[in-house]
Amino acid sequence: MSETTHDGTVAVTAAPSPDEGLTAAQLAAKYGLSVSGARPSLMEYVRQLWGRRHFILAFSQAKLTAQYSQAKLGQLWQVATPLLNAAVYFFIFGLILHASRGMSQDVYIPFLVTGVFVFTFTQSSIMSGVRAISGNLGLVRALHFPRASLPVSFSLQQLQQLLFSMIVLFIVAIGFGSYPGLSWLLIVPVLALQFLFNTGLALIVARMGAKTPDLAQLMPFILRTWMYTSGVMFSINTMLEGHSEWIVRVLQVNPAAVYMDLMRFALIDGYGASNLPPHVWAIALFWAVAAFVGGFVYFWKAEERYGRG
Amino acid sequence: MAEENIQDRRPTVIADELHIVYRVNGAKTGKGSATAALSRMIKRGEERGVRKVHAVRGVSFVAYRGEAIGLIGSNGSGKSTLLRAIAGLLPAEKGKVYTDGQPSLLGVNAALMNDLTGERNVILGGLAMGMSREQIKERYQDIVDFSGINEKGDFITLPMRTYSSGMAARLRFSIAAAKDHDVLMIDEALATGDRKFQKRSEERIRELRKEAGTVFLVSHNNKSIRDTCNRVLWLERGELRMDGPTDEVLKEYEKFTGK
Repeated sequence: MSETTHDGTVAVTAAPSPDEGLTAAQLAAKYGLSVSGARPSLMEYVRQLWGRRHFILAFSQAKLTAQYSQAKLGQLWQVATPLLNAAVYFFIFGLILHASRGMSQDVYIPFLVTGVFVFTFTQSSIMSGVRAISGNLGLVRALHFPRASLPVSFSLQQLQQLLFSMIVLFIVAIGFGSYPGLSWLLIVPVLALQFLFNTGLALIVARMGAKTPDLAQLMPFILRTWMYTSGVMFSINTMLEGHSEWIVRVLQVNPAAVYMDLMRFALIDGYGASNLPPHVWAIALFWAVAAFVGGFVYFWKAEERYGRG
Repeated sequence: MAEENIQDRRPTVIADELHIVYRVNGAKTGKGSATAALSRMIKRGEERGVRKVHAVRGVSFVAYRGEAIGLIGSNGSGKSTLLRAIAGLLPAEKGKVYTDGQPSLLGVNAALMNDLTGERNVILGGLAMGMSREQIKERYQDIVDFSGINEKGDFITLPMRTYSSGMAARLRFSIAAAKDHDVLMIDEALATGDRKFQKRSEERIRELRKEAGTVFLVSHNNKSIRDTCNRVLWLERGELRMDGPTDEVLKEYEKFTGK
């Protein structure tokens, strides 16, 4: 380095102005400048997020379409994937393990398929939530938008995915003798509550995954444990027959079990209210609101820190 | 120009002793083996297995309305990092950046998806930049025409992965340049496409400059800095080495780089 004469910074060659001598903070205050990248208030954040609703929707649809765009069968996989999934679970739990335990085949198959689809909805929302920030650092570092857009958008993508699965589910239900009735209308509030719940969880794990990307490696194990304790392939009631009442109740208020049971109750004729825990709608509502509000606030608290490597 | 008065010296961006630190996971020792990772976890340090990269070290400056500021420096000197910090996209380790309105980085690449058609990418990119659906609809044709994608056939309805790298770069620039900005930051965007497109994009940048309050331009091309900027910040190793009128700073910089 031959540059020895320039050891410091040359000052700005500007004419003296009345602002001379002000500190940066005073200068900023004088001209009404705000701190770049500061976290907005919660209300303002909600407003900004609402302003980005078109982006959130477009982004989720784009992700959904991009998923199968290289496949020859294209968007047909949206329906074929859940169908194959259901077939595999039926093969293992219905035919090999006989997990139906006294349920008739007409009830057990729709029971199983509903369980798999509903749980997959929560499972994949969480998995994509973990990577929502850490897997999209390029986007976070290039453009300005409320970061909650990403986990919300990914949950929305999973909701749309589930709507395709519902087509399969309807066919399976009708095929096994459960015909559309008034109770099918309950599907709408169940899905709405579960979507809120999933989004809340996605927001929570998105913040945790942004700080600790290793969570993406750990999550599948946690989720699988959750799946096997939630009664996806078996009925909690019959499985724990003879055990004390409170164990059954504890397993039944598990949010995943609540949403699965409500969906089964709505869809399947042979699956009556006796299978549901007491106050089931209140529990479903509680989980949805608690997860969503808690997750949203938790995510917002770190808003200005997302994007640091 | 009767506007050269105190009214014009309105600051738009103030950087105050700004420090930016990147944290890189699992790069502390360079040993990537599992045992090395385990021993790092067991030896409880302040931050295990995390290596810090101090990219910007205590940079302070005030930018005013109507200025076009060039950022120069060798590769890895912290230019792009500084731009992102000004845009509020990278959190500051220490110090603060104050801005007038929301500065925007001219870059939309990350929001686009190669598996989608050019058409859908125009809409997605516009929405990602915060444009409304109406604004996008209004400018859609301009964006497509400007990119020149459709000059050689109906390419806009094909997935972006089928584009040549030049075509993709042109479409990206066209989408990014479609929005008006208060404080605009351009990161070597001039170097895309063929000569014809470069001329067109330089013209568009001058237009954007007129609409924007302040423009920041990162470039390794001293000529394009000379053509577009009236002030230059020279960064070296994350520190502000020089700050002044374009000619003065570029003269020193050229001496430094031995040209």
